[in-house]
Amino acid sequence: MTATTAPRGWSYSLGKISTGGWFLIGIGIPLGGYLVYELFDDPVLFFQTTMKSFGLGSVYAIVALGFVLIFKATQTVNFAQGALAASGALFVSYAVFDGHIPFTTLRNPLIEIEPEWLGWSLSVVMALAFSAMLGLLIERLAIRPMVGQPLFSVAVITLGLEIVLRVFNNDAVEVDFRSLEIPYGTGGFTVGDAIVNWSYIAAMITATVAFVAVYIFYRTRTGIAMRAVAFDQEAAMAQGINVGKVFAIAWAAGAVLAAIGGIFATQPPVKQTGAVEPETANIAFRALPAVILGGLDSATGALVGGLIVGFAEIFAGQYLAGQTDLLGPGYTLIVPYVVMIVALLVRPYGLFGTPEIRRV
Amino acid sequence: MFGRPNLYTSYDQEAQIFPTWSKKIAVGLFVLTLFLLPFDVPLFTDEIPVLKSIPIIGSLIGEGIPLARFLGDETWLRPISLVLVLAIAALGLNLLAGVAGQVSLGHAFFMGVGGTTAAFLGGESGDGLYGLGLPIWIWLPGAGVAAALVGILISPVAVRLRGLYLAIVTLGLVFLGIHLGNTSWGRKFAGAPGLGRRFQELDIRIWKEDVPLVNVGDDGHWLWFDVTDNQKRYLFLLVATIVMALLAKNLIRTRTGRALQAIRDRDIAAEVMGVPEFKYKVIAFAISSFYAGMGGALFAALSGQMLGTDYNLFLSVEFIAILLIGGAGTVSGTLIGTFFVVMIPQFVEEITKWLSGKEGGIVGTFADGVLAGPDDFGVIATGTQSPGWQLSVFDWNIVLFGVLIVVFLIVEPLGLYGVWIRVRNYWKQWPFSY
Repeated sequence: MTATTAPRGWSYSLGKISTGGWFLIGIGIPLGGYLVYELFDDPVLFFQTTMKSFGLGSVYAIVALGFVLIFKATQTVNFAQGALAASGALFVSYAVFDGHIPFTTLRNPLIEIEPEWLGWSLSVVMALAFSAMLGLLIERLAIRPMVGQPLFSVAVITLGLEIVLRVFNNDAVEVDFRSLEIPYGTGGFTVGDAIVNWSYIAAMITATVAFVAVYIFYRTRTGIAMRAVAFDQEAAMAQGINVGKVFAIAWAAGAVLAAIGGIFATQPPVKQTGAVEPETANIAFRALPAVILGGLDSATGALVGGLIVGFAEIFAGQYLAGQTDLLGPGYTLIVPYVVMIVALLVRPYGLFGTPEIRRV
Repeated sequence: MFGRPNLYTSYDQEAQIFPTWSKKIAVGLFVLTLFLLPFDVPLFTDEIPVLKSIPIIGSLIGEGIPLARFLGDETWLRPISLVLVLAIAALGLNLLAGVAGQVSLGHAFFMGVGGTTAAFLGGESGDGLYGLGLPIWIWLPGAGVAAALVGILISPVAVRLRGLYLAIVTLGLVFLGIHLGNTSWGRKFAGAPGLGRRFQELDIRIWKEDVPLVNVGDDGHWLWFDVTDNQKRYLFLLVATIVMALLAKNLIRTRTGRALQAIRDRDIAAEVMGVPEFKYKVIAFAISSFYAGMGGALFAALSGQMLGTDYNLFLSVEFIAILLIGGAGTVSGTLIGTFFVVMIPQFVEEITKWLSGKEGGIVGTFADGVLAGPDDFGVIATGTQSPGWQLSVFDWNIVLFGVLIVVFLIVEPLGLYGVWIRVRNYWKQWPFSY
């Protein structure tokens, strides 16, 4: 027998590099070289930028996880995630200031009082509960009736919800931004000469916890049910899975993750003020490239995509600042979208997304 | 009398744009009404005593209720002209999303490309702005062609993606477009951020400095009519919309249109049947962007100002809402949807203004005295600054718009076109129910 083709393992071990692969190598090697040069040029700045990137990437990962959870269960992108994030942050602000939560001591700008961790944490828990309820309400009123309808219609419904929620959120913060009174504030600490904000660390820890929680959740009974629903709604229903309950859980969890993302959206890597503003809701649109980059239905993808996008945005902001004249002010905000478009040229379903199986 | 609408004796007959006599007459009368709309049609103004003598209607005309003084009123021409402009762009999205099934959230971006190109081709240079000052017969198609070229440029990415991935990537284009307009070189075309640049009038002239054949910017006198600038603009846009709508309707019935529909229904099956998917998706993007570019140019011409941030995500969402409310895939549905989406907020605004007591109605007095302070009617704040949860009229319009999208999709997924189909079928079979 004559071997007309190469042995089976060959194409896997060495492989032919695709056009997209060459493309990535072509971009990656000069980019990596430049970054190594920068690392040796000013290590302190490089370290500071890296920490900032981790902070921003973690915030994107948290918001992206919310997208992924809802997509996994309902097969639609929830465009209302941004408004839910802003609502969550607003709930925290309301709970801290008007919630009459025990153990809350408001910081007075004149008398420096140590922030009260316990009271603030209770406020956050209460606010997250409210966010979950908001998510449940939306799911029950607007999403449940659409089971079996075209998926794009559901996505457009969430766009409509975003518009409505945004008006109410903006109304509360249009004139005066609402502070969140986060105990560690917007300050930071120094490592050597590099400044690291507390919120970067907090975002990293929260993203890790959220990712692990989602990972464990996927292995519980409900999580398996959710994956079954993601695989085939009708078949899952036929197996006795309560699809409505899965939807509700996904929306509640998604709204909570959005709210956490909203809290971080008022913090340094994203905003310096530590207060809810009309722009807080934009965090979801800024995180969308991360979701798409990682793949709409992959939790790992959300984490990796979030970090990639965060790194790209912060590093571009740091090392391309000299080119602002050419790139235009605020160019960092479109870096995620450029990264996303380039990545989708190579992988149309994101890095970790499941390709849709198409049949005639 | 009207024949048998479902009986076709030849293929040509079935492929007609308006297949039945009743449809031809109805569309003809409708278009005629649209042409007469901006003029003081005596029947509907209070100059004719006949209508005034009818008890209820007469009093309504006298009171100046928005719905009744609708036709004769100059201020209503602006929103209706806006309907026509957005209808042109919406027709483009209908071809892409409704007919070819490629849902794009980036329509506002292509409109922006068209608007900027038109401002560059037709506008004057100076003040750090580029401009060529060319006549309308170059800048209007030029806007469409430029947008179509950008559409072709983007389609290699877009063709590979499907569903929500495509929607989100095209959403990215909107942010990208607004940003490009803000860069130091983008400003030379699009004007300073937040200010924009002045947009030229719709004047029709042969070459740059010629005396205009039709002077749209000023009031004038045609035959025995006095025409104002708003009326001229409206008529121009009406002709443009009718031409574009007929072209779209024609495209759907051609080979290209059938190929696009096949791709929408099942792309793999279409490819198996010999429809080149890539080619037709690129064509769909190009044509859709062409419509969007022309719409974007006219959009700027209508407001007299080209402002980059006007072509934002909200505009894109508005187009998606137009398609879903009107009924995706049909030209008439798109036109109805545009009318609905643009005009409903206008009606609501008129009605809330009327209710808020400025005209001294009973409801207004009640509101003044009981519900709220002297300036507010219930939850509607009439001042510019809204206190607490009292949203301004403008905010309520946005809320209403969002709620409208949600409720429509839940209650009537086929849109207004679906309602029309049901009503038509009911009367077709009347008095039998099946």
